[in-house]
Amino acid sequence: MSEQTEHYVAPYDAGVSFDELPDSAPSGKFKFSFTGWLGVIVVAFWVLIALLGPFVAPYGENDLPFPDAYSEFQKPQPGAWLGTDDSDRDVLSRIMYGAGRTMGISFLATVLAYFVGVVLGIGAAVSSPKVDMVISRINDALLSLPSIMLGLVVVAAVGSSIPVLIVTAGLIYSSVIFRLSRALGMEIKVSDYVEAAQARGEGRWWIITKEIWPNARMPLITDFGLRLIYVILFISSLSFLGLGVQPPQADWGSMVRENLGALQYGESVFSVIAPALSIATLTVAINLIVDDVSAHSGGRLSNRL
Amino acid sequence: MFPLIVKRLAVGLLTVLAVSIIIFFGTKVLPGDAAQIRLGQAATAENIAAMRERLGLDQPMIVQYWTWLKNFVSGDLGVSLAADVPITDLISDRYKYTLIVSGLTALIGVPISLMLGILGAMFPGSIYDRVLTFISVSLVAAPEFFTATLLVLLFVFWLGMGNAVVVGSIEGKGFFELIKHFALPITTLCFVIASQLIRMSRAAVLNVMSSPYVEMAILKGVPRKRIIFRHALLNALGPIVNVVALNLAYLVTGVIVVEVYFGYPGLATLIVQGVQTRDFVLIQGLGMLFCLTYVILMLIADIAAFASNPRLRHPK
Repeated sequence: MSEQTEHYVAPYDAGVSFDELPDSAPSGKFKFSFTGWLGVIVVAFWVLIALLGPFVAPYGENDLPFPDAYSEFQKPQPGAWLGTDDSDRDVLSRIMYGAGRTMGISFLATVLAYFVGVVLGIGAAVSSPKVDMVISRINDALLSLPSIMLGLVVVAAVGSSIPVLIVTAGLIYSSVIFRLSRALGMEIKVSDYVEAAQARGEGRWWIITKEIWPNARMPLITDFGLRLIYVILFISSLSFLGLGVQPPQADWGSMVRENLGALQYGESVFSVIAPALSIATLTVAINLIVDDVSAHSGGRLSNRL
Repeated sequence: MFPLIVKRLAVGLLTVLAVSIIIFFGTKVLPGDAAQIRLGQAATAENIAAMRERLGLDQPMIVQYWTWLKNFVSGDLGVSLAADVPITDLISDRYKYTLIVSGLTALIGVPISLMLGILGAMFPGSIYDRVLTFISVSLVAAPEFFTATLLVLLFVFWLGMGNAVVVGSIEGKGFFELIKHFALPITTLCFVIASQLIRMSRAAVLNVMSSPYVEMAILKGVPRKRIIFRHALLNALGPIVNVVALNLAYLVTGVIVVEVYFGYPGLATLIVQGVQTRDFVLIQGLGMLFCLTYVILMLIADIAAFASNPRLRHPK
């Protein structure tokens, strides 16, 4: 049965293609290309904003820059460089506060997903076929659900708060990582060097840490970047639907939702563009880095043609 | 081949069962009781008890689940807690909108993206290929509402066409009015699936292009066009069908955000409302519908992969 499990083509997560992941570490001469550097700079910029945002923001996240001239969706002007939002709050300040929240939640969720996914995945690969099959089947069932639908059910059941968001996103995305790390573990387990290690009598723990992990590391690290993108999009989408970070806390996804009215009434659209553009620049920049790393590290033949 | 498909169908059926368990028991964790919600705060204890009996809530959980599943299979999705009307009535007004938008997206978006992706694979490394790859890499990572915002800015604000919000019914509208009505949500969704489709179809063709038999064809001097259309494309067909089905499944997710963005009266806005009002009968019914669509598309993707690759059919 375990033989068949290996060949069973499990459903994919949307847009995940493991073929694109590198199969070895980057060569010694690895340097970022122009687009790679662009990605690094943009990500560094956003990390800086996320860490320092609340300290350098011109206003508090719920303060009004012009309490005397209250009006929604004011145009960009001195004092509010990106204009104001649907409750006349400063868009720039809210972007700065939201950076830490959006990125922090996504990062923690991805780390959790990795912890659960890698431990279970490598564990399933080295454990008995029966245990492996049970875990894999449960995982396949989870993987065959659209992630946003799972998110909706969980939020409907327990309500939305930041810890709930982190755990939900972490568990949902651990299923993809489980599949990847199990496949990697399986591939490495049957390789000659592991057989050699077994033959010379190494213990299971030694094989995991000294043989499997170093060889599974590179694809997993690259995948971390990809996964982080999907988690950011997932969290932002939930927030955009009004089911993620709750008002009045600022978060990029919920900012887009709150200010959609600006588009309908033809008001200053900066309050919608700014958060949407923030998410897009962040995720595209991470993608540029991931692409650069995988292109330079033992990519497939097809990429070199 | 045939036993494999049957086996895959059985796995699909099991998946649907697992999904129904997750959705049913997941929503049962909800605080509050359906009878209480239906009757409101003023209801007496006896009324609630009577209502519980009528709704079958006094039965054991397993029995409730079984009744719910049986009803779902026979097309009865239960009665909405918030609106107090059968879910099927709520859906009947709306499913058309969701079907039109996703159907048209598939009809328009899939052929165009496949063509672009295959063209990219025909000339790997050319300027066209690089620009295409860069754009699709960027779009893949951008959220749906970013694409939607860009399109609204372009068409509504700068060109003065279309509507930022889709409201009103589609009845009695002329052809051009309908186009205007659906243009923005459909274009957004096309972009959403295009970026994935272009990348994946390009990779599928390139993958075949790097196989030994194509190398052989190159070495014996077969012209490039002939290699692509006679040798590569036919063998890439299975993977391409697989990619298309995967991306249509992805549409299930994309359509939720896009419908909410444009205030579109489809099924997705309904389920989001259901979550906000904690109408778990609605969430159960619609959640199952969405997941079912998704699972079926995934099944098609898998069967296409089997059908096209003999190595998957005869595992070592």
